[in-house]
Amino acid sequence: MPDTKPTNGFEPRIVAFFCNWCTYLAADLAGTSRLKYPPNVRVIRLMCSGRVDPQFVLEAFAQGADGVLIGGCHPGDCHYQEGNYKALRRFHLLKRIVKDMGIEEDRFRLEWISASEGERLRAVITDMVEKVRALGPWQSAVPQEEPVKEVAA
Amino acid sequence: MADKPKVAFYWCASCGGCEEAVVDLAEKILDVVAAVDIVFWPVALDFKKRDVEALGDGEILATFLNGAIRTSEQEEMAHLLRRKSKLMVAFGACSHLGGIPGLANVSDRQNIFRTAYLDSPSTVNPEGVTPQVSHGDNGHTVNLPLFYDTVRSLDQVVDVDFYIPGCAPTPKIIAAAVTTLLSGELPAKGSVLAPDHALCEECSRRDSKPQDLKIIEFKRPHEVLIEEDKCLLAQGVICMGPSTRAGCEALCVEGNMPCTGCFGPTSRVRDQGAKFLASLAAQVDGKEPEEIERILAQIPDPLGTFYRYSLPASALRRRKMPAAA
Repeated sequence: MPDTKPTNGFEPRIVAFFCNWCTYLAADLAGTSRLKYPPNVRVIRLMCSGRVDPQFVLEAFAQGADGVLIGGCHPGDCHYQEGNYKALRRFHLLKRIVKDMGIEEDRFRLEWISASEGERLRAVITDMVEKVRALGPWQSAVPQEEPVKEVAA
Repeated sequence: MADKPKVAFYWCASCGGCEEAVVDLAEKILDVVAAVDIVFWPVALDFKKRDVEALGDGEILATFLNGAIRTSEQEEMAHLLRRKSKLMVAFGACSHLGGIPGLANVSDRQNIFRTAYLDSPSTVNPEGVTPQVSHGDNGHTVNLPLFYDTVRSLDQVVDVDFYIPGCAPTPKIIAAAVTTLLSGELPAKGSVLAPDHALCEECSRRDSKPQDLKIIEFKRPHEVLIEEDKCLLAQGVICMGPSTRAGCEALCVEGNMPCTGCFGPTSRVRDQGAKFLASLAAQVDGKEPEEIERILAQIPDPLGTFYRYSLPASALRRRKMPAAA
């Protein structure tokens, strides 16, 4: 892992949803080109970024992901014409909701990465891992009894 | 008397609307009273906690508990009633999903106390007094329930057998649910006692909903003269019908107001707000980020709109605030 420096042993776990036609191929290209990027990303291949249900994103955070990255085709390049625009619109609304719950902006990203952009994929993942590493682990409040002795405001 | 099944009603973090809903059964309530023996109902009858404690475990056939769980007292009562009841029924949106009180989950105790007891403009509290769990005065100690950081739905606290949805549940839904439970032919455990399809399917305006909404402007109900026979979403008014369980007979829509989602999601959906967001945002017309941003900015509070009744039960989790650590 030449590109990253461990901080207090914390290794971010980032869930990445990549579309089958562009960003996943970019990851493939990065691999065959032997480009190195931090191994903190768990890639889930979907047919289209438009398939990324906001429930997937929330579930990832709820289950302890430190960041979520959605990768799709550049505008106009969607294999299904409109899927990436749907992803974009959902992203704009969803990022406001996750922000309300205290999830920092750098933990949730949408990036357009085409099949030929292996280098860009490397740069995006490296950048995101560094930023999430700096933020530290995502810790959510679990809905259970939280006993406290003193209640101070 | 002794042969009649025993039932209990209880309220936790709620507004009292669910209690009203029981009374709204009108003359049908006489059938309920004739069929059952009410052993506990603090809002209407003078029973005490010790009366419940005196009952045997599982002696109550069903407890109908409304309201979310916000304090230690509510949690204690939920556990007590669970132990004493064969069936625990979450009654109403707060108990089912967390409800309106559950919106407080964007914040925690410390910040809620600060706003409510110190910072709000109408508060005069020079000594900075906030609720304490126990307070000693004159050699005596008085106690208050602990106010938790997080509001929970009933099934996040105790095992729940059935859910009666709604804010508040309609008399029809309540009567049908009570009849089902008393019949002895119980549906699968965990069932929501309402139809399992989206509200749009029983909406009278359904045929006027276009295939693709292509929303260019969102309007809040007070900003527009709502046409009475056209799909509200087609008029740019946010209506939660597509992501909300049916069973209310579209009461709000019939009253020319949008659905706000109180019946919760259908069984196929994990997170009502996220599912609605997915469908609504996808149908916004616009391809440039600036244009999309401009249209979506007309929704002032997406979290409060899409998760109005379901935040605690949703997949959304608040940042763990330092004070809670």
